[in-house]
Amino acid sequence: MGIEIEQPCVELSNVAVSETHGEDSPYFAGWKAYDENPYDELSNPSGVIQMGLAENQVSFDLLEKYLEEHPEASTWGKGAPGFRENALFQDYHGLKTFRTAMATFMEKVRGGRVKFDPQRVVLTAGATAANELLTFILANPGDALLVPTPYYPGFDRDLRWRTGVNIVPIHCDSLNNFQITPEALECAYKDAEAMNFKVRGVLITNPSNPLGITIPRSVLEEILDFVTRKNIHLVSDEIYSGSVFSSSEFTSVAEILEGREYKNAERVHIVYSLSKDLGLPGFRVGTIYSYNDKVVTTARRMSSFTLISSQTQHLLASMLSDEKFTENYIETNRERLRKRYEMIIEGLRSAGIECLKGNAGLFCWMNMSPLLEKPTREGELKLWNAILHQVKLNISPGSSCHSSEPGWFRVCFANMTEHTLEIALQRIRHFVERIRTQTESV
Amino acid sequence: MVLGGKSQQLLSKIATNDKHGENSPYFDGWKAYDRNPFHPTNNPQGVIQMGLAENQLCFDLIEEWIRNNPKASICTPEGLHQFRNIANFQDYHGLQEFRNAMANFMSKVRGGRVRFDPERILMSGGATGANELIMFCLADPGDAFMIPTPFYPGFVRDLCWRTGMQLIPVHSDSSNNFKITREALEAAYKKAKEDNINVKGLIITNPSNPLGTTLDKDTLKSLVSFTNEKNIHLVCDEIYAATVFSSPNYVSVAEVIQEVEHCKRELIHVIYSLSKDMGFPGFRVGIVYSFNDEVVNCGRKMSSFGLVSSQTQHMLASMLSDENFVTRFLKENSRRLEKRHDKFMKGLEEVNITRFPSNAGLFCWMNLKSLLKEPTFEDELKLWRVIIHEVKLNVSPGSSFNCSEPGWFRVCFANMDDETVDIALNRIRAFVGRETKKPLGMKRWQPNLSLSFSSRMFDETAVMSPHSPIPTSPLVRAT
Repeated sequence: MGIEIEQPCVELSNVAVSETHGEDSPYFAGWKAYDENPYDELSNPSGVIQMGLAENQVSFDLLEKYLEEHPEASTWGKGAPGFRENALFQDYHGLKTFRTAMATFMEKVRGGRVKFDPQRVVLTAGATAANELLTFILANPGDALLVPTPYYPGFDRDLRWRTGVNIVPIHCDSLNNFQITPEALECAYKDAEAMNFKVRGVLITNPSNPLGITIPRSVLEEILDFVTRKNIHLVSDEIYSGSVFSSSEFTSVAEILEGREYKNAERVHIVYSLSKDLGLPGFRVGTIYSYNDKVVTTARRMSSFTLISSQTQHLLASMLSDEKFTENYIETNRERLRKRYEMIIEGLRSAGIECLKGNAGLFCWMNMSPLLEKPTREGELKLWNAILHQVKLNISPGSSCHSSEPGWFRVCFANMTEHTLEIALQRIRHFVERIRTQTESV
Repeated sequence: MVLGGKSQQLLSKIATNDKHGENSPYFDGWKAYDRNPFHPTNNPQGVIQMGLAENQLCFDLIEEWIRNNPKASICTPEGLHQFRNIANFQDYHGLQEFRNAMANFMSKVRGGRVRFDPERILMSGGATGANELIMFCLADPGDAFMIPTPFYPGFVRDLCWRTGMQLIPVHSDSSNNFKITREALEAAYKKAKEDNINVKGLIITNPSNPLGTTLDKDTLKSLVSFTNEKNIHLVCDEIYAATVFSSPNYVSVAEVIQEVEHCKRELIHVIYSLSKDMGFPGFRVGIVYSFNDEVVNCGRKMSSFGLVSSQTQHMLASMLSDENFVTRFLKENSRRLEKRHDKFMKGLEEVNITRFPSNAGLFCWMNLKSLLKEPTFEDELKLWRVIIHEVKLNVSPGSSFNCSEPGWFRVCFANMDDETVDIALNRIRAFVGRETKKPLGMKRWQPNLSLSFSSRMFDETAVMSPHSPIPTSPLVRAT
């Protein structure tokens, strides 16, 4: 800040001074290192390569092509006649065409296996807002949500910061490929009770971030049975549903509900966004799809704090209602992500690094535990530091995702060109070789 | 997908309380409008919307600018090359050029008398989001902010719903022209202390909604000294800053800061938005500008929950940094508002309706006390329902603004064309004419006499259905 201001003499709120915004995590520290020294193919080839940001940059050309071919659909028309209606539109129901287009798009992403009612789509400025909003609605301060580990670091802020709600982890580990088990669910529930937290729900991310895998149908059924037994909610964050490499491998909780004829559905809520599947994080497009009428109504009212710009709704309404475009996009995007995934897996394997077998997402879950000096969180952070400052790769340490086993790292692969990915893989290979040589010579 | 009764208990207290504010009778007017909206040719007998503070007077200027600046859009051939960078940009600092343009615009709106630092500009989901955000930063659940009445009804939701904060009204009335006096502030503060309420600050709207007036420099200075003295925050919602159309000139709190000796700047925060000044409520451009470093830091992180779409940031960065355009726009906007205001005032004067003299805003504060049988809020609401259902104008009753005296109504006039203003004035003239012709002593109006609508609409005990089937109801803000 330019102006020198004396220290404030009146207190801010507890929320303001708490650290629950989570930004002191190494997850974010790596970003800072990147910001200070960002890799650029030409101007800064030895800079830090950003592999900690789960962005999808592989399919922009498809979006650009659409806009080139449909200028009248996306601007306000020649002479901007639709401008004023659009600029004035602040109805929290959202543009009907947009809501309908979102519902249709969500159906397409699920291969048409389930239907979504546009009346149940609530719009928010990003999934960040959607997750926070749902938490405000489903839980009181001091209550708890159960979340399987490892999980997206941003949840610490989104679910807890202003809501005052706690996260109690459902521990998952590599012994069974990080699957969520009924035992782990019960254990987490008991942990919460022991801490005197009232459990209000389970929040899963499917496909999972950071694991990059879809949750099997049988596990989803178990989770649904669990929340029904305990009479709590289930939030399914399906933000990566369009990033599954093969459509048939993803089962949405919506499909399970349909199979059960929507019995007990009013406890289930789905979060979605266009930030990952369409690569549009800047546009702030999130949605809540709830099977609970009261949640839909309340969420809609609350969305007043975080509506999607009508300009953006207008643009996307036309794009997402073009079925030919969306079908082609979804298929092409999947294919490109799959290819990218295979490239990085192969590259890592040739460096002797194994990953969890993934089938979705913009990242892979890499196992570097053999390279740890000590199999502890400290050991993991030491290795992470070395990778950040020596290898100049920003990857995310598992501990920042609350992983209970040290040595795992999330590595993003869809936010760069293939060439940059090659360079990153080379750097990893050299680094691993160096360490192995050092260890052997000791 | 049937809602089970038992699942009601599964929701939070916030979800099940009334603080969203939509159960106010205030919304009945909107429903009447939604069911029967006025249209000059299709529905000339419909309800005219005068409850929505929108600015529709200058869209032609903006449309012209858009036509001439295709690069400002990322969808046009000229602007497409920027698409991926903009679409990918989610940094909560916001686009630098957007922040620069906003700082510049805010300065221009204040006649260049004060400069704003782009590094202090935080984004949020409209002023709705901005007001909530600042409260999350300044107050804990149970804390309180003082607020002069009458005030914008949406504040109850925006400031209190999810924050758990409470509002302490500081009453003013027409006997002293609704002035916010030091005595009233001191009294309210003292009482709060006695009641063990932790007062964290004072929030004002300047220019005022619903009064349509600007605060003079001395009053502003006294508010700054009062809050400084008590060591509490001062939040100034300046959302109507560019709607000032006649003297006295606008004075922003940012200007006063420069003039108050030993001013504790870190206690001062400005809320802004483009929804009123430019007529862009749909674009959700809310700004928090704080002179407090910690608030900027924490507020910036919080803005993740309501960032402005990068597409919109990009377009506005371009538009608002066009100095010629902005100068022309601000001048023309004021001129048209003044013209509209004067036309409307003349119409009211012709039927002896007085209104609170105003120099800003998109509305006027109309005095209908003479039409009340008894000076009670009950009668105010009865009169209001007659105006909605018989006169077919959706106006806003003063009680919904927490006004301490009955008989005042806020009437918006900038959200329609000239012809509709004429029609609205005709209806008012006809109604008042009818009312004033009745012999003295007799009930001035009898709602049950000339019913030409279903009495179902008049059922004052009807519970508002949360599933209102109104597809285009602008219930998002009770403006």
